[in-house]
Amino acid sequence: MNIVNFTPVSALTGGLLIGLSVALFFILNGRMIGISGIASNFLVSKNNRVDNFLFLVGLILGPLIYSYTTGKEINISISSSLILLIIGGVLVGFGTKLSNGCTSGHGISGISRFSLRSIIATITFMIVGILTVLITGIL
Amino acid sequence: MNKIVSLLCGIIFGIGLVISEMINPEKVLGFLNIFRDWDPSLAFVMIGALIVSTPIFHFFKNKNKPVFSSNFSIPTNKEIDKKLIIGAVFFGSGWGLIGLCPGPAITSIALLNMSSAIFVISMFIGFYLGSKVN
Repeated sequence: MNIVNFTPVSALTGGLLIGLSVALFFILNGRMIGISGIASNFLVSKNNRVDNFLFLVGLILGPLIYSYTTGKEINISISSSLILLIIGGVLVGFGTKLSNGCTSGHGISGISRFSLRSIIATITFMIVGILTVLITGIL
Repeated sequence: MNKIVSLLCGIIFGIGLVISEMINPEKVLGFLNIFRDWDPSLAFVMIGALIVSTPIFHFFKNKNKPVFSSNFSIPTNKEIDKKLIIGAVFFGSGWGLIGLCPGPAITSIALLNMSSAIFVISMFIGFYLGSKVN
């Protein structure tokens, strides 16, 4: 194993902001953030639909406000083929709906609550993610 | 007021994903690539988030009510069942395949990237299918 591209300061700073968002949403609105829950409930449930919609709009505004205020360009790189994007997207949507949480819902909110369910889910999707990268790297 | 909070928390979360670079699938795949060239950054994102959210949650969970809402809504499901594990396996495999999870995927719509748009549409189809199974 080699350590590469490690950016601890920006990772920690971004993480603190994510934690702040989770904390504020809880103190002020009384809900624990999980993006898969917010997005999927926006799709299938009338409960909190406007709140969920506004949160998703906020997520999309985030990068725009960041670029506008800092003048920095945001670059991302996705090299996956069309068919893989579709398979990956469906797997992520279906899986997070089935287990009621994703990296934020289980990985941050759930672990904050010391929920055993979320800790087990997080360990599971981390291990499977690592194995998937290992396998696709070999193929 | 809680509408403004929802929008504001979304913005803060989105900026957090940009600064931490979790919006970039390459960065996430680098974290999952522990057996070759490993980028540990994502672990620091989680640590950063948890050191804020954990104490705040435990301090406020026993208060009467949140500031702008009538009651706290905290998940009560404690069951560790097949759906949890199978769902996490599906999610982990899709996450490892592309490097996008729901938050960064939706946030990246701002960048008008065609690949992430296809991913997001597929993810919403997955949400719908999952809600039918649940």
